[in-house]
Order: sequence, then C-alpha cells, then structure tokens
Amino acid sequence: MGEAEIRRSVTRIAHEILERNRGGGEVALVGIAARGDDLARRLAAEIERIEGVPIPVGVLDITFYRDDIGYRAEAPEVHETRVDFDITGRIVVLVDDVLFTGRTIRAALDALVDFGRPTAIQLAVLVDRGHRELPIRADFVGKNVPTRRDDDVRVAVRELDGEDAVDVLEPVPAPAVANSEPSDRSNGSDR
Amino acid sequence: MKKHLLSIHDVTAEDIVRILDTAESLREVGTRVIKKVPALRGRTVVNLFYENSTRTRISFELAAKRLSADVINFSTSGSSVSKGESLKDTALTLQAMGADAVVIRHSSSGSPLTLTRWVRGSVLNAGDGTHEHPTQALLDLYTMREKLGRLEGLRVAIVGDVLHSRVARSLSFGLVKMGAEVTLVGPPTLIPPDAPAWGVDVSYDIGGVLPKLDVCYMLRVQRERQRQQYFPSVREYARLFGLTRDRVAMLPEDALIMHPGPMNRGVEIDSDVADLPNSVIEEQVTNGIAIRMALLYLLLGGTGADGADAGEAA
Amino acid sequence: MTGRILLRGGRVVDPAAGRDEVADVLISDGAIASADGPTTGATVIDADGLVIAPGLVDLHTHLREPGREDKETVESGSRAAAVGGFTAVSPMANTEPVADNAAVIHEVRALGERAGLVDVFPVGAITRGLAGEEMAEIGEMVEAGVRIFSDDGRCVPEARVLRNALTYARAFEGVVIAEHCEDGSLAEGGQMHEGEHSYALGLAGQPREAEEVIVARDLAIARLTGGRLHLCHLSSAGSVELVRRAKRDGLRVTAEVTPHHLVFSDDDLVTYDTNFKVNPPLRTPEDRQALGRAVADATIDVVATDHAPHAVEEKEAEFDRSPPGTIGLETALAALLTQLVEPGTVSLTRAIDALSTTPARILGASDHGGPLEPGRVANLVVFDPAAEWTVEPPFASRSRNSAFLGRSLRGRVVHTIHRGSLVVADGKAQR
Repeated sequence: MGEAEIRRSVTRIAHEILERNRGGGEVALVGIAARGDDLARRLAAEIERIEGVPIPVGVLDITFYRDDIGYRAEAPEVHETRVDFDITGRIVVLVDDVLFTGRTIRAALDALVDFGRPTAIQLAVLVDRGHRELPIRADFVGKNVPTRRDDDVRVAVRELDGEDAVDVLEPVPAPAVANSEPSDRSNGSDR
Repeated sequence: MKKHLLSIHDVTAEDIVRILDTAESLREVGTRVIKKVPALRGRTVVNLFYENSTRTRISFELAAKRLSADVINFSTSGSSVSKGESLKDTALTLQAMGADAVVIRHSSSGSPLTLTRWVRGSVLNAGDGTHEHPTQALLDLYTMREKLGRLEGLRVAIVGDVLHSRVARSLSFGLVKMGAEVTLVGPPTLIPPDAPAWGVDVSYDIGGVLPKLDVCYMLRVQRERQRQQYFPSVREYARLFGLTRDRVAMLPEDALIMHPGPMNRGVEIDSDVADLPNSVIEEQVTNGIAIRMALLYLLLGGTGADGADAGEAA
Repeated sequence: MTGRILLRGGRVVDPAAGRDEVADVLISDGAIASADGPTTGATVIDADGLVIAPGLVDLHTHLREPGREDKETVESGSRAAAVGGFTAVSPMANTEPVADNAAVIHEVRALGERAGLVDVFPVGAITRGLAGEEMAEIGEMVEAGVRIFSDDGRCVPEARVLRNALTYARAFEGVVIAEHCEDGSLAEGGQMHEGEHSYALGLAGQPREAEEVIVARDLAIARLTGGRLHLCHLSSAGSVELVRRAKRDGLRVTAEVTPHHLVFSDDDLVTYDTNFKVNPPLRTPEDRQALGRAVADATIDVVATDHAPHAVEEKEAEFDRSPPGTIGLETALAALLTQLVEPGTVSLTRAIDALSTTPARILGASDHGGPLEPGRVANLVVFDPAAEWTVEPPFASRSRNSAFLGRSLRGRVVHTIHRGSLVVADGKAQR
C-alpha cells in the first residue's frame, strides 16, 4: 500500500466506526504499541473532523501479556502504556497495524480487561494478512493482503518511520555456497 | 543481558538504558487498579535474605508479585538458614524447588557468585558484604535520570563512609559508565585507597564540592565506625562532613539530595534536611520496585540460552 | 616597645635567603625594614662580632601547664625559651588535662599570648587522653590552629591507630603526626641505654631496638598511608639509617634530635646523675656521632630541645625513681655551637637551619625562620658565638634539672627580638 491508499483506508475505517457505533459518543480508541497508537491517533483525528466528536485515545503495550515470554532468547522490548481514561462502560476499539496470528490481540484483550470492563471491544487493523492461529477476527480492515506464512509484512508510519507504506517482502533464499552458515534471518514482527 | 546480575559491571551502558526504559513502563503498572501483569506467570522467585532488610525484601517481593511470579521468602529469623544450614545446602534445596531466580542478600562479599555454582536459575545480588548492591545503584540512576533528564555529564558527590558502602561502589561504577562526573567526599580514613582507579575524584572538603553539584548523595555512617576509629567522634564527623541546613544552602537550587536509607538523622544528614523538597529519598523507594520488576522481567523474560551472547555483548 | 631597633654590623646568617654576610638589620614597628630606611629614634645595638639570625623555633618542648605548674608554666617556659634565643615554641600535649580538644589548645595559646615573650603553638594529642585507643578530635583542633599532633611521652601502641591518624590527617593541609618511637614491651623498666654501662651500673637497660622497631613500623605506615610523619628525639644510629633510606624512597618524613643526645652518651651516666636520665636514653658515642653526622647531612632535619622540667625533689630521688628529662631551652644553641659547629661537623648555616628555618617550615609558622627581609615580622636572635660561660643556676626556667649543669659552653644569646620587641637584652629577659 502507498501513502494515498493508507489515507483512504483510515478515512473509510473512521466512517465505519461511526456507522457501526451510532456516532462516536461511547467510543474510545486504544492503539497497540508500536504503530498501532499512531494509527489510533489518526483515526481519532479523522472521526473528530467528520463528526466533531473528540475521541479519547490510549496506547497499550502488550509485551507483558505475550504468550512467548521465556521462549525467546531475549526478553522482548517494552514500550509505553498510557490509558488515561476509564474504559469501563465504553466501546473500546483496539487499533493495530497488522493482524496475523491473532496472538497480539489475545494479549491485548487480557491487558484491557485489567484496566476495566468495557461494554464492547472491537478491532480495527490496517492490514489483515491471514494465517490466524486463534479464533480472532477484525471488525474494521483497511486492506486484506494474502501472504505466505514466512513473508515479511513491513508497515511504516509517518510518525515513526518518516513515511506511510505497507510492503510485503518474500524471504531471502539461503545462498547455495559450501561451508556457509545458515542465514540468520530474524523472523518478521511476529507479535 | 547476562544471565545473572551480581555486579554493576555485569551490565553495559546500553543495558542500563534498557533497564531504565523498561522500569519506566513498569512503573505505570503500579498506578493501575490491578497492579499486575502476567509476564512472569508460573515462574518462581526466591528471596534469600541472610541480612535483615525488610525494606529491600519487600521491594523485591512486590516486584515479583506484580509480574505474577510466585514468591518464596527465606529470611534469617526462624528458617533453616539461621539453624546453620550452609549456603550450598540451601542452594541445592532451592534448586530442587525449581527456583527460576534467586535474589540474595548476604553479609559475605562474593556469596552471590558462589551461589551461581549451585543454582541453575538467575541470581540477583541484593547486596553482598561491602562488595556491591547493583539494584540500588540502578534505582538511583533511574531517579536521577527521571528528575534531571539525563545521566551524562551529571555532577554527583557521594558523601560519607564510602569504604564500607556497597551502594557507593555500585553507584560510582554505574555513574562513571553512564558518563557522569563523580566526586567521593569523606574523611580520608573512609575513602578506599583504590578509589582513584574508579575514574572518580576525591575531596575532603565538602564545602568546596557542594556548590557545583547536580546530585548530593549521602551515605549512612554507622556509629560503630567511630568505635573502630575511622574518625574521632560523631560530633566531629557531623561538623566536617554532615549535610546540615547551612550546607544545603550551598547546593544549587535544582540539585537533588539522595540517600539509600536508612538514615542516621543528625549524623550524616540533619533531620529537617531529609524532609526538604529537593530530597528525593522517598521516591528512591518507589522507583526501587519498578527497577526490580524491570530486572526480573529482563532476566527471566528470555530463555537465557544464547541470549547471553547474541546481540549485546555483556 | 615596638619602636625602631637598628642592629649594626652583625654577621647575618639567614639560611632561608642563603645569606651569610655582615650587614645591618633595621626593625621598625614589629617588622624588618629596609636597611636604608630612616633610622631616627632607633635604639642602636652594636652587633659587631655577633651573629644575627632568625629567631629559634623549638618543635618539641614541655611547658607543663596546665597541671604541673610547680615544674614550669607557660610563662616561665616562654621566658626560658626567649633567653635561649627562641621566638616560637611547640609545647607537647601531655599536660593535665591532656590537650586533646580545642579548649585546652585555646587555653595554652592564650597563656602564651599573655606572657608575650614567644609565640606558642600548642601540639594536639593524637589519641584521646593519650590512651592510644581513640582518635582525638583532630579536625576540631586543626580549626583551632594546631598543625602538629603527638602523643609524645607515649608511643602510639597500635599500628592501626597510627594508620588511621596518618590517613585522617590527610584531609587537613599542613598537618604532621609526630611520634615518640618506643616499643613499650622492649623498653619496659629501662633506666638507661642497655649496654656495658647499664650492666656495670646494675641498672635495667633499654636497647636501641626499642626505638628502631617503632621507627621501622612508623615509616612503613607512612609509606602505606602517604601521610606526613615526624620522628621525635631520635637516639640511635640505626634509626638514622632507616630515616635516610626512607627519605631516599621519597617518603614525607622529617626527624628530630635533642642537643643532649648530640653532646652526651651513656659514658656520662657512671655517676648515677639523674640529670642524665632521659628518654630516649643517651646511647653510645658511636650513636652520638651518627646523630651529629645526620644533622650535618640533614637526614635529621631539626634540633629540638625536648625541654622537660622536673621538680627538684623528683630529680633528687633514687635513680630508678627519678623521672627522665632535662631542661634545654636555655642551652640548646650553645650546645650545638660548641659540640658541632666549632669542630666543623656542622656549618653555622646548617645549625641555624636546624634550629630555626626548618622547624618553622614544618610547623607552618610563616612568621619565623626567616628570610630576614623587609616586610617580614621581626623574630630574631642575636648571639655571641665566642662567649664562654658555665651553665649554672639561676635559670629562667622554674626547674633546674639540666644535663649541662657545670659544663662550659661557647656561644651565648645576647638579644632576642620577638615581633619587633626586645624581649631579651644582654642575656636578660625584659619581662
């Protein structure tokens, strides 16, 4: 996806959120760090532009709720969590950049529940790349992008990476040279 | 990061930044209604405290529990520890219980390192003899960074009985590693002879040092040091090196006053000084929990296998 | 009495300025003035044939006040000092009460100021009560102006205590720890030097090793701590050797010897004369010669009197009941001149250096020891190097226990000028 496509997706998702939830009155957005929060802020700004309703935005780091702590070589990197409002009684829309196995969202649901009891939790993602390992589905999708399991989906957001882009990269084949070490390609952001 | 945290030398400057950043995120957990994250669920953390220290032990206990780990406390009173069971036998028992991490405080320098020979989990030094106290140093670095926005180029004085202070050692090494300028102040009898090799300055004149400080870190001076003849009297010590009200007036306005606790009010620090606004002594305690959570998370959050060598060279 | 004084035509020996020449010295309002300055109204003193030198400084003396005013007071001791050509003295701390806190220091200094004859620089104790266990309040005494600390009378028994004192003292500029080197277990019961004389006389002796083991120990501790050490009243050739080697190694150590150790030996004790009973004891002629040579080559930096007044009845007691010590303020200069300068072992300049310039430097007494230059406070001694006299009472000191009693000496103090005042004129104290 290019910059224009991303912008259109964000606008469309904003409209869909308003439609589905009968205006933005009870809605709050919680973006999943990293990049999900930048997208959440953009969505909130769009919604306010369209409807004139200010939407509270929080950022959630799900590192401590991951199911693979202790299975990786190093403890995963931690980001900021800030949810300054009460989520109890609200419709919380989780926002993330890529929906893949669904484990990140499972962790986010666990985390959210520790903050309060929302009326409902919905999910908005920029890209759904398939290969679900848990029964999780998105309510709002920017674009469905079929991928192979070991493809690398790279999302760049202006706020963090300087540009807006979604790229799908195929894995680099190992060079066929005698006595070479197997290429140490780290897995894509398998969150 | 290395598998164990025995000394501040076990972490690089990059590691320290990572630890402080992680602690920043974890501090937020303490502000939630449910002060828990499941990160270390199912792991067992053992507090092995041979020295009485309710404050530090509770800090570690809370840290582990907020990460959803199971906590076992071995302390000196009552348990097999006081019945004279050797460190080795205690370690083997912990091993059999499947301890993932052992936090040890001991009056003999080097005990944490010895422990690593007999337990398979991670060992965290909560203070060994007069050797090191790395978690205290890290929480102090965190407090300084949080209040002053940086560590590099900070001018810090560590005042008091440096010779017997494991906190002073760890903190000095840590500050130098992060590019701060450290001056040790105290009577010559309480400054270790090898101090110049630490990359620090030494001064015997507190009045000359105070006006140029960002942080004034006071160490506890035990009265028994006077009995051991390191200085003539508590009165003379307080007069020459104590942080009195008059001396505080010599500090720059934004300078921090810190103390690892417990304080000897009236000896190294006047009572009303400890309660001044630029004294961050209470916050040091709060930050302690976040730092210890960060350490437990970083030490136990990976498998440790290959993790010690890949990426960051420790 | 701070008008003008003109000393005319004397031999000015001023080691700090490297001077040894005949010249005039003009004193005006307490300070040395330029020799071409106005001389109207000046008291003119003919110094032809006399030596003009910076006033002598005694690093080691006992003034006995507070506590034993029967033996000496600060005033009588000051008078004895002035008569002997001294303008500054350092009284040791073994008074009653011990000078181990600022209060006693202030008291002794005030007594000296009231007497107005010499500058008194009290020495502070190293340990509380001289008990050798707890450090005295050194910092407090430094604030009261003390620079030299000593438990003299006693040796610091434990190396650890000395180590702590030397280390602690490093926090203070210019502070020196002065040690009386005597191993209690070896010296115990000793009345004189252990040697053929002590055996012949039937008196218990104290070997020179009693001093040497402590000298060696203290030098090692000085090396360990980097502190400033001063060794009091050395008595043995072995000690001199140890100091020589330590200085070669760059240690910050200075050493001291008394006039009586330079003049006498255990030969002199055959009459059981208690005036020769001193601590450390007079040792063999070989030791005495080694000490003299050490003064010449400055291995021993300073000559100090260890002026130790004792009551008449105490010294008239049986030998082993008698306290050790000899007075020495009034005879120090003459003794040195007679015994070492005249035979040529030590130059006059070095002698003045050892009695004035170097002790002033160690003490940090910047108004003493020279150089005798315009603007500097006028503390001077004028003496006749040729005058012959016999040492006999009356003494300016309250006590009479002088090892030099009856001895003929060459060299006598004529005038002593303290802060521009003529406190001793024609050999007599003016106050």
